[in-house]
Amino acid sequence: MSTRTFGEPIKRNEDRRLLTGQALFVDDIELPGMLHAAFLRSQVAHARILKIDVTRALQRPGVVAAYVAGDLGDYWQPGPILVPPPPIEGIVFHERTQIPLAKEKVRHVGEPLVIVIAESRYIAEDALDDIEVELEQLPAVVDLEKGLTAGSALVHEDVGSNVSAHVRQTKGNYAAAAARADHIIKRRFWYEHGISSPIETRGVVAQWDGRANQMTIWDTTQAPVFVRNGLAGMLGLNERQVRVIAPFVGGGFGPKIMMFYPEEVLLPWVSMKLNRPVKWIEDRLEHFFATTHERGQVHDAEIALSSDGHILGIKDVFLHDGGAYDPYGLTVPINSQCTLLGPYVVPNYDSTFTQVFTNLPTVTPYRGAGRQHGVFVMERLLDFAAHELNIDPAEIRRRNLIPPDAFPYNNEIIYQDFEVLEYDSGNYEPVLDMALDAIGYQTFRDEQAKARTEGRHLGIGVACYVEGTGIGPYEGAKVQVQSNGKVSVATGIGTQGQGHFTVFAQIAADQLGVKVGDVDVVTGDTDQFYWGAGTFASRGAVVAGNAVNEAAKVVRKKALKQASDLFECSEDDLVIDDGKVSIVGIPEKFVKLGDLANLANPMRGAVEPGTEPGLESTQYFGPKMGATANGVHAIIIEMDPQTFDLKILKYVVVHDCGTVINPMILAGQIHGGVAQGIGNAFYEKLVFDDQGQLLNASLADYLLPSALEVPRMELGHTVTKSPLNPLGIKGAGEAGAIPGGPLFAQAIEDALGLKGRVELLEIPLSPSRLFELTRNTKR
Amino acid sequence: MDIDFHDITLSVNGQKYQRRVESRLLLSDFLRHDLALAGTHVGCEHGVCGACTILLDGEPVRSCLLLAAQANSHEISTIEGLAGKDGAYHPLQQAMHDHHGLQCGYCTPGILMTMTAFLVENPSPSEGEVREALSGNLCRCTGYQNIVDAVMSAATRMRG
Repeated sequence: MSTRTFGEPIKRNEDRRLLTGQALFVDDIELPGMLHAAFLRSQVAHARILKIDVTRALQRPGVVAAYVAGDLGDYWQPGPILVPPPPIEGIVFHERTQIPLAKEKVRHVGEPLVIVIAESRYIAEDALDDIEVELEQLPAVVDLEKGLTAGSALVHEDVGSNVSAHVRQTKGNYAAAAARADHIIKRRFWYEHGISSPIETRGVVAQWDGRANQMTIWDTTQAPVFVRNGLAGMLGLNERQVRVIAPFVGGGFGPKIMMFYPEEVLLPWVSMKLNRPVKWIEDRLEHFFATTHERGQVHDAEIALSSDGHILGIKDVFLHDGGAYDPYGLTVPINSQCTLLGPYVVPNYDSTFTQVFTNLPTVTPYRGAGRQHGVFVMERLLDFAAHELNIDPAEIRRRNLIPPDAFPYNNEIIYQDFEVLEYDSGNYEPVLDMALDAIGYQTFRDEQAKARTEGRHLGIGVACYVEGTGIGPYEGAKVQVQSNGKVSVATGIGTQGQGHFTVFAQIAADQLGVKVGDVDVVTGDTDQFYWGAGTFASRGAVVAGNAVNEAAKVVRKKALKQASDLFECSEDDLVIDDGKVSIVGIPEKFVKLGDLANLANPMRGAVEPGTEPGLESTQYFGPKMGATANGVHAIIIEMDPQTFDLKILKYVVVHDCGTVINPMILAGQIHGGVAQGIGNAFYEKLVFDDQGQLLNASLADYLLPSALEVPRMELGHTVTKSPLNPLGIKGAGEAGAIPGGPLFAQAIEDALGLKGRVELLEIPLSPSRLFELTRNTKR
Repeated sequence: MDIDFHDITLSVNGQKYQRRVESRLLLSDFLRHDLALAGTHVGCEHGVCGACTILLDGEPVRSCLLLAAQANSHEISTIEGLAGKDGAYHPLQQAMHDHHGLQCGYCTPGILMTMTAFLVENPSPSEGEVREALSGNLCRCTGYQNIVDAVMSAATRMRG
């Protein structure tokens, strides 16, 4: 007897292959006659290309080809704009997308100049040293403010400035609110988010089969359907001739959705040209320059408050580092602009940003995707307001929370999904209460004072956030009962560890009365499912999950209809469970689902008009807008005031993402997000010099948190269903990563007793940076 | 350039292999691409992430920092040999499954090889010792908590 699995901590279907070394990743593809690619990349950030000579490389034994931009002919095109600018009045946007190989100029370190093809990766990399390159170095645009001054070098001369985009969004009338405010607090903030650095780097294998007239591409992408459609167009093929497979992918976190990376564009072209399969696997050094980053913003922000601590309005003007190209449009800064508002009532808002071209790798979303930056500004403003108004930091947050009867709550500005930013549902105060309770907020001051007498410096932090999740446009799923009684589910999104093979199986299993282990889920293979958008913006479970549910519901209906015909009874008298349909109260009168599937595909006899063969259905789901999740993180740290060594004593996350499909997988998503948030707040910093050189491009120097830096986390959940989808789900993929910055800043100030003396206005922090910031302050 | 080769004989997961390898061939590439044992994953190729960890004569080593030629006449164990011949999980594999100790699973083989060796050396570790032993393996998905729980649970089970 199968029981409902939705909401249960079902163990994962995909684990066995991963635990036994049998899961297929892109670099595991071995094909007869396969060639290997290596890229010669620019070692400087900004330069004119005077000469590239590959003659000597081509003479090296084992080298098959070497191509520069000019060899690509008409295939050399700037990439498509992935997310066009949203419909905001007065918006300025200069579209300058990345190119397959640099032609006249290089615009960031790591931009590819030459692709070399050889019989082995070793030979291809050897041949890079044979290539002669002459570059005329230009001053690099690295600093955002300097980049906007007259006389700055220009990343794209034809734009006339380094402005990639300029956007102002307003709600209410900030100036009027400020005029009647009791307090106005202004600060300048710097927030940098780093690189996603999945343990698997990027990779592409392209195989043109001249006889079959078919292109197969294995790609570490988060969006295989878009890659298929785009490459078919570029290669002059029909979409049906191109199959893109995103097999097991070793983490993504955003940058693996960026397209089209130069390598993604070039490998298929080379494979067609040479009629041989070609593989490229990014090495870790390349990953630091050739995969997109997130990076920094500078905010000049002010908050207007009444004397009782209510927010009257916020004004924010910020610069956003877009990097050398802007293929992802404005998703990251729009997220910052929107998410800044958080779970609070902000009646008046005036926010303006400028996205700046720099001679640094391109910025695209990385888990949180700009939300961190906005949340940092808001939470820090509230901290300084609490201090100035002498209100407890948790209390000032509580006073400003959107009340539960105010939903749907309209923030009036436009979000990244081009819809008005409206929170669908929420109940924020209980989340804050649970977090305060779990961290021991009431007793902490005693604990802190006691520790202080022992010479230990403890500090507490509490930060709130919302997360816009589950945006459209849509996803689809095909659910099919096979003749062996097992169920196949196929969907177009890719998967990078989120547990899709299990949560989608749970949804289908519950509808069809089969075991979760008997549902075989396929993701990320365009020949298995044709349509879809991809895995990003915490949308997989919400959008594809609901599509699976809709398709499984139709299959259930079909199965019941068939069985009712077979048994000549009403569908109401049937029960679907344990892989079969039986008559209520007469369990021995049953038909197996697999047999129904066979009956639905008869060898003889007429199929009635309007019916389809097979026990299957394909359905699509597209939400009107994103669902808004929310949460509170709380932390207690201990910090050594001499060395700034950090210990996290307690970390609490209380979170509301609507209906939970699988609490075990949800907890994993939160844990991983928190680890990345900790890295962002205190360990991970991309250090560039003024020439745009990354000075710490190795995992020995760019510090990903290890098991020693990430503490045990305590999780709590509340459930406020989303009214935007039948399952009531909100996304959860990014929640853990979002509020780490303000949490650390608050807790460190508290631990070191910095309040009123030194303000932490930037992220990431580190021991050395804290030393610099506090060296002139008596501790 | 002169390319020189070495004839090597080694055992991997109990099976003997004789191969001629280029002297500069990394052990990780040899295992993955020459022997088609692609369960050993490569994450950084500079010895930091730990994804490529294998056992060389029972000791965890990073296969990206060794040459195939250096493995001559040694015994190697990789992820492919960890489960029983009947497919039964090693207790640590079972515990990783039970505790949701993996997400994308890319770092998992290296973690399993590191921690199975660790549990042989220290059958009754504290949580702090597990975290210390795990700190040479980077995982970007899980936040480590469930891996730590899995290792502690496997240790209990293996002590019987």
